[in-house]
This record gives sequence, structure tokens and C-alpha cells, in this order.
Amino acid sequence: MTLRARTWLCAAGALGVAVLLVTAFLRMPRFGGDLHVYRDLALPATLARMTPNLVSSVNFDLRALDTLGEETIVAAAVVGTLSLLQPSPAERERIEPQRGYVMPVVKVAGYLLLPVTLLLGLDVVAHGHLTPGGGFQGGVVLATGWHLLYISGSYPALARLRPIDWCEYAEAAATGLYVVTGLAGLIAGGAFLANVLPKGEFGSLLSAGTVPVLSVLVGIEVAAGLVVLLAQFLGQGLIREEHS
Amino acid sequence: MIGMACYGVAGWLLLLGAIGIVRSRHLVHTVVSLSVAQAGTYVLLLGIGYQDQAGAPIVAQDQRQPVVDPMVQAMTLTDIVVSATITALLLGLTIQISKRHGTVDPDELRALRG
Repeated sequence: MTLRARTWLCAAGALGVAVLLVTAFLRMPRFGGDLHVYRDLALPATLARMTPNLVSSVNFDLRALDTLGEETIVAAAVVGTLSLLQPSPAERERIEPQRGYVMPVVKVAGYLLLPVTLLLGLDVVAHGHLTPGGGFQGGVVLATGWHLLYISGSYPALARLRPIDWCEYAEAAATGLYVVTGLAGLIAGGAFLANVLPKGEFGSLLSAGTVPVLSVLVGIEVAAGLVVLLAQFLGQGLIREEHS
Repeated sequence: MIGMACYGVAGWLLLLGAIGIVRSRHLVHTVVSLSVAQAGTYVLLLGIGYQDQAGAPIVAQDQRQPVVDPMVQAMTLTDIVVSATITALLLGLTIQISKRHGTVDPDELRALRG
């Protein structure tokens, strides 16, 4: 099919979808209104479990099973990318450490921001149940902070400080421990991923039962998974072109 | 008014992303178009959860002020995670296609090759 025919076909489809969307949007409940059934159910449940952050409570307590699925998607994507981007033996011979020039100011900024970013990532993961954040967000901050070393131009330093094997183990272990926490809930509380740990005092670091535990596990999983994922893509960049 | 604008942006992003996929001449452009289309769902979900004069869903024990819907925010988070992983996987596939077929133009990828 030519590009022109395809565009016209797509335009017709898009018009149909647009009409359906507008019809649906016109019959939606009033925008900004106070009709939020899930919110009204989640708020008392969350307060009873001593979790100030409602979103974290939904993710790691009320609907923790969905997060298990989400976490498995991340793990599956990492495994998929690992198998897709594995360099072939011929490519392995052409891998060379990155050369080139990095501006000193970028280097300094990278080294200065590295501890700040790592600290911020740990803070976002650890306080996921209290303040905005959680395992997913903090994990991403941790993994990208780690790669500031790459931007600062020290690929050898990154390669030394980036034990890919251990990241793979950590990712698998964190995913497994999430299930183990769920099974512990099943045994102690009668439901998979039931929040069985003591809830503690509202707003303190050790409170909200299993929410911070699962948040930290997800944080480890996402951080390790992203490090592995980015390592594969960066590794592809190091393979020298065949024709050069 | 602002509601229709919000829903309009959501629908617009979805359709724009879809048209981008259809008209794409480069596989990386296709992947980014998919991300744009998925961004429409974030706007839609957050728009559904919005409430006038409501605060962020971080509450105190004696919360008086209403908060916006946390359920759709959690769904948006899931959405972003799925979008990021799908993007990574598709970009990995793009690298493999570029290696095996020597092109990243979807129109030039006609036949399956082992």
C-alpha cells in the first residue's frame, strides 16, 4: 500500500475514532466534580493502614497484585532486551572502550551530581509510603544517577562500578522476594499480599506494614533492571562500525 | 471548558501518535510515535481523577481537604512503566532489524528473513 493510500485510510479511521471519543467525552461525569468512587473507597482503607501516600498504598497494598504483574513486565522486558541485544562473537571482537573528548565542566558536574542523585534515589525509594515517590520512581532515579558516570566520560569506571551479573541476580531476587512477601501474607493474613506487618505510627519511617517493604523491593528490581537494560544499549554503542 | 480541553488533548495525542505510526519512515520514529499515543492515556487518566480545589493524594490523619483520585494516578504510573519497557524492547528490536536488514524504513521491510 502506498503512503498516500495508507494516510487516507488512517485519516478515515482516525476520524471515526475521534467521533467516538467526542461522543464518549460529552457523556462523561462533570470534569473536576467530586464523583470519585475509588477515591472514596481508598481513602478510609489507606488511613486505616497508616499510609499517608494514597498512590503508594494503592500500588503496594490495596492493589499490590497488579504491581506484581507490572514488576513482571519490567523483568520480562529486561530479559527480552538482554536476549535481543547480546553482541555476537564477531561483534565482541569489535568492542572498544569509548574514546573522545568530554568537557571538564561536564565531568565535574557528573561527579558532583552522582552522590546527590544516588541519595535522592534512596530517599525517594525509602519514603515511598510517606511522600510522593516509591519504588518505581526511585529505582529510575538510582539507575540514571549511576549512569552519570557514563556522561562524565569514564566508561571504565562505570564498567567497574556496574556489576551486571549482580544486577541481574538482584533483579531476579527482588521479584522473587515480592512473591515471598505475598505468600507470607497468604499464610499469616489469609490473602495473597495481605498487609500483615504492624502498621506503626502514622507518618513515621517504619509504618504502613508491607508498603515500604514492597516499595524497596520494587526499587531494587527497577534500579537493577534499568542498569542491565541501559548497559545493553550502551554496549551496542561501543561496537565499532564494520566498514570504518 | 477546561475539561473538554483536557479530554481533547488526550484524544489529540492518541490520534497524532497513531497517524505518526502509519506515516512513519523510520522505526525509531515509529517507537516514539507509540510513546506519544500512550501519553494520551496519561492525560486522560489524570483528567478523570481531577477534582476542583482538591489536593495531592498525600494525606494527613485528620484530612479535611478533598484529594484527587489516587487510583487513576496509580494506573498512570503503571502506564508509564509499561510504556518505558515497551519502548526499550521495541528499540532493541529496531537495532536487530537494522543489523539484519540494513534498513530502518518500515516500507523497505517487505519479507521475513531468518
